[in-house]
Amino acid sequence: MPENLAKNPTPTAVTLVAGNAYQKWRLVKDSLVRYGVIVGGLSVIVAIVLIFFYLLYVVLPLFASAKANSIAEYVLPEKTLGKTVLLETEEQNEVAARFTDTGQVVFFEVATGKTILTQGIAIPEGIHITSFAQGSDISQGGVAYGLSDGKAIVVKHQYKITYPNNQRLITPSLNYPLGQQPLVIDEAGSPLEKIAVKVESDKTILVAKIADKVHLVSFAQEKSLFANEATITRTSAVLDASAKAIVDLLIDKDDNQLYLMDNEGLLSAYDIRDKAAPKLKHQQNVIEAGQTVTSLTFLNGDISLLVGDSSGLVSQWSQVKNELKQLVFKKIRSFKVSDKAVVAVESEQRRKGFMAVDAAGTVGLYNSTAERQLIKEHIGTSQPIAAVLSPRSNRLLLETGDEKIHVWNVDNEHPEVSIKSLWQKVWYESYPKPDYIWQSSSASNDFEPKYSLVPLVFGTLKAAFYAMLVAMPLALMGAIYTAYFMAPQMRQVVKPAIELMGALPTVILGFLAGLWLAPFIEKHLAGLFLSLISLPIAVLLFAFLWQFLPKTLRQKIPEGWDAAILMPVIVIVSWLAFTISVPLEAYLFHGSLRDWFSHEFGIGYDQRNALIVGIAMGFAVIPTIFSIAEDAIFSVPKHLTVGSLALGATTWQTMTKVVLLTASPGIFSAVMIGLGRAVGETMIVLMATGNTPVMDFSVFQGLRTLAANVAVEMPESEVDSTHYRVLFLTALVLFIFTFVFNTLAEVIRQRLREKYSSL
Amino acid sequence: MIASWFKSGTPWIWFNAAAVSACLIMIIGVLGLIIVRGIGHFWPAEVARINYQEADGQVKTLFGEIIDTSITPAAIAKTSGFKMADNEDTLVQHQVKTGNRDITGVDFRWLQERNIKDQAFPGDIMVVERREWGNFYGQLVAVKENGATLASHEQAWTVAQAKIADTLKVYSEITHLEKKEIGAINYSLEKLRLKQRKLELKNRLDDSARSAIENENAGLKTQYEQYQTQLKDLYQKVRSASLVAKTDSGAEVVIPLSKVVRIYQPNSMGLLDKVAHYFNKLGEFLTDDPREANTEGGIFPAIFGTVMMVMIMSVIVTPFGVIAAVYLREYAKQGFITRLIRIAVNNLAGVPSVVYGVFGLGFFVYILGGNIDRLFFPESSPAPVFGTPGILWASITLSLLTLPVVIVATEEGLARIPKSIREGSLALGATKLETLWRTVLPMASPAIMTGLILAVARAAGEVAPLMLVGVVKLAPTLPLDGNLPFIHLDRKFMHLGFHIYDVGFQSPNVEAARPLVYATALLLVLVIIGLNLTAIIIRNNLREKYRALEG
Repeated sequence: MPENLAKNPTPTAVTLVAGNAYQKWRLVKDSLVRYGVIVGGLSVIVAIVLIFFYLLYVVLPLFASAKANSIAEYVLPEKTLGKTVLLETEEQNEVAARFTDTGQVVFFEVATGKTILTQGIAIPEGIHITSFAQGSDISQGGVAYGLSDGKAIVVKHQYKITYPNNQRLITPSLNYPLGQQPLVIDEAGSPLEKIAVKVESDKTILVAKIADKVHLVSFAQEKSLFANEATITRTSAVLDASAKAIVDLLIDKDDNQLYLMDNEGLLSAYDIRDKAAPKLKHQQNVIEAGQTVTSLTFLNGDISLLVGDSSGLVSQWSQVKNELKQLVFKKIRSFKVSDKAVVAVESEQRRKGFMAVDAAGTVGLYNSTAERQLIKEHIGTSQPIAAVLSPRSNRLLLETGDEKIHVWNVDNEHPEVSIKSLWQKVWYESYPKPDYIWQSSSASNDFEPKYSLVPLVFGTLKAAFYAMLVAMPLALMGAIYTAYFMAPQMRQVVKPAIELMGALPTVILGFLAGLWLAPFIEKHLAGLFLSLISLPIAVLLFAFLWQFLPKTLRQKIPEGWDAAILMPVIVIVSWLAFTISVPLEAYLFHGSLRDWFSHEFGIGYDQRNALIVGIAMGFAVIPTIFSIAEDAIFSVPKHLTVGSLALGATTWQTMTKVVLLTASPGIFSAVMIGLGRAVGETMIVLMATGNTPVMDFSVFQGLRTLAANVAVEMPESEVDSTHYRVLFLTALVLFIFTFVFNTLAEVIRQRLREKYSSL
Repeated sequence: MIASWFKSGTPWIWFNAAAVSACLIMIIGVLGLIIVRGIGHFWPAEVARINYQEADGQVKTLFGEIIDTSITPAAIAKTSGFKMADNEDTLVQHQVKTGNRDITGVDFRWLQERNIKDQAFPGDIMVVERREWGNFYGQLVAVKENGATLASHEQAWTVAQAKIADTLKVYSEITHLEKKEIGAINYSLEKLRLKQRKLELKNRLDDSARSAIENENAGLKTQYEQYQTQLKDLYQKVRSASLVAKTDSGAEVVIPLSKVVRIYQPNSMGLLDKVAHYFNKLGEFLTDDPREANTEGGIFPAIFGTVMMVMIMSVIVTPFGVIAAVYLREYAKQGFITRLIRIAVNNLAGVPSVVYGVFGLGFFVYILGGNIDRLFFPESSPAPVFGTPGILWASITLSLLTLPVVIVATEEGLARIPKSIREGSLALGATKLETLWRTVLPMASPAIMTGLILAVARAAGEVAPLMLVGVVKLAPTLPLDGNLPFIHLDRKFMHLGFHIYDVGFQSPNVEAARPLVYATALLLVLVIIGLNLTAIIIRNNLREKYRALEG
């Protein structure tokens, strides 16, 4: 402790008599408190830095690149049972299944490749499998085998989870939703060359290519209430797709559409809502000349198709309405995997992403919305045979020609976010053209989240702009008058009154704006405009006439009380304006001004719009700007103004040429701080706008700001999800925005204070 | 002449003056609007009987309060689809609160004045405030108990009043039983469950512990059964009586007394009755629980939650704010570091409040709270204790938000204390700490108080961050009650500001809830303006005092 005392920079008289323990204790206390206070003082900086870094810490994973690493590699289990036609894994990444071309299903452990169970599909004697397909809506787990006698078998692979001894146990099994008997597709008994299936709990649809025809057969199961037996109704139809070499068939998840792809890249869409009478909707070539289609699959949600071709390109095609309101296929975007042919494209099951594998074993992971290549790895040394991405997209299995299975771990938490998806136009599914859209969440898994921050930033700036438009003139002019012209007695009342206005909770301003002002302005829009026009004229007129009043009357009102005299004038004139406007509006516009705007200019009117926000938020920002600007003007050193006046300048000249110039940095910082407040204000915009994230410059339209968006969506977002982090990102954007403005304003004010004190 | 007048700059000065006037008018207007609307809410409005010709030509009788009138010019009315005769210049419409939502499906109607055949305020129209479905307007026919008529016509009114008083008494017993006694039992049961789970987790749940817990459990259960039978009796008592009333369409309806809060006949009330009614309603507003999804009844839990949150916040923010201000004024050398701190303080003041909410939710709730749960409350997992928004986190978040207010006010107070006082103390041999503790801080205490009051005013009106860190629409229990440990910092709470937002914008029947929102807004505004005025007065007194000291 004595060393500490020696360092004490303010030695007091006490040091001299610090003999006994009590004196020592006093000094120890003194220095302890000193350090305590220093820590306390610095903690303010710590707090602001902590906020920043914490926000950053949550946001950063959004931009971290995805990673993949090999975790296992083993010999193909039960390789004698035939070639793999499909690899599958279940939810927990513990069990995988290998479907072979001989109708065997091998379930094995993902981690080790150890066989758990092998089961065969019951195929009648003398018949062999001619085609195989995975059912659409992969999560249902259905697959179909096409047989050489015109029949098909539908099988589901299922995984039951039990917890014996508190340990998770996953038991795989096969079941036949339509019975073990093969289903008749083609009565003539020709082999099914290609097959597609869609399995639902009460309905199964099979499409098969048989010779030069495409058969569509649907089986509807109806369970009667009492019997266990289900009656199956069969509907069938033949598509007129003759003479085309069909290479791929796909049914979408609502079984509204059937897609056929021929070997030349001609994609046809059929309307199959009526299972008995499918109709060709349109067809189009989706591939460049000289290339062939090597893979066709749906992107999650079954709205877009992913077409892999022999040039190593995967392109996303979607049906979009063209100028003539006809549905056509449009290429939304494409991804270059490599120069080798794409051999497999596997969609993620819960996101708009997919995995593409090329002939050389290059595996790429992509996200379609963000147009991002997340991972590109070279796996294995020989030609890939089959590949699968697990349902949670965190594991991938690849079988290679050298009879090996490679298991990779995939760490890909936030693929939907890229600079492009946040800040640029993105062509979302089911939209006619690329656009900026914020639409963050929905109940279903196959929803495409739309995280464009542009509409929110636009809304924020729009709201702030209108608020500043209202607040700046009123606050700055008010500050000039209060600081320089107003009588001191009145100033003593006015300044606290306006500052009190700043203390009003914004929730109350928002509530009044939303529930009182918005309906009022909707009714009296013309009155608002009329008073905006008439008030300045009235003030000017009043001021002009004022000088003609008899001196005796004028002298009764001391100098600097003009604002008080003007109050009744303003009240009366605006009341008149609002009253007259109603019949005037009816006379001039034959109805309301609102209707006139929408008829004449097509400007729609939202009850809660930017105008309301401008007025309400302007009200909230006025005190901030007023107070700081008034301080800056009021503390302009007196000798400057007195000097100017002594040289013969009028008070107004002194004001504009001396006072305002000197105080301009202070006024600037007042505006900055006001702007910061307007940008971050939450409750007013939340309550006074419709909170629709539209991008419309019209003052009569609503908006959604960053702050209101956080307040609306944060409580519902799942912790650490992409949505959660994107909301933190918007908070960080707000933080940085206001930080820049506030720091700038504070530095300017500090400079100004120094300048004043040196003057 | 005009040119020289413009050159003199006088018009511009007038314009500037007009800006000040406009600001003043705006603030007076806003305050006036809230006061007028808020004060009027509890006054018993007269209920009119209106004979109204419907669109199909039929004349119907309606009971209702006329609450708003709109006048539309004929041209505009025509565009919105009204048929207007040539001699009509305007369309006058009245908004009438007709109540009886359970019968007609709507609370409000717009009536065209030209179709109102006649209008009167008969004394026998009765308003029934109900626990469900909002107000009922009608005429009392009879009072019944267990199917038998107790009184009808003239006598019915007094009998009904007496019966309602009885029922309300029983009702308050029911609430006491349900909330206090059974609530306490439920709380103890939950505690027992957690205790058992805790022992289980520690592998110390032996037979003796288990039987002790089971014993206690059984005791509580029997107690619970007792209360249940008591409750059953009380409910039976409450449900026995009912009112028979005639609606405006002449139909008779039965309203069980258990659903009635109060009845009154506004048209036959004298001024004194009305004043009494007013204060009765005001009292209910301030001290009762809300009813009907917060749109009726009182706001006591919201007041309580706000006050408690603000108090916890004060305890946290005052020491930090004062220490930071003391550092800035008394310890730090004015230079780069103090500049940096001032920038930080200004930024803390300028960061949007919703960002604090986001920070509070992520850092305090999920990180701090989540870890506290993991360390101290493993038994209640997966239900979070502190790992979910609650009053503690809300208070801490708001203390961060209001820190700059305290710092700035305290610093200003410290700056005003003359140097001579510190020097005098130091010269007499006091250490710096002693100088600070014995002379400087006591002198600055009014300034600290000012800062604290301003912080409280700010916190009381802040809503956006609270929406993320602990405020809820309806909290089943207060964060302070008779169950150990009395203060429950992990609970969620209600807040006046959020109440305004929620009832005004999220409630299913905004129109009916609006008067209540005005009343709540008035209360909040009064509290905040009161706090601010107090702060201003303290500050002014302080300034006077130091001016005297310096002189």
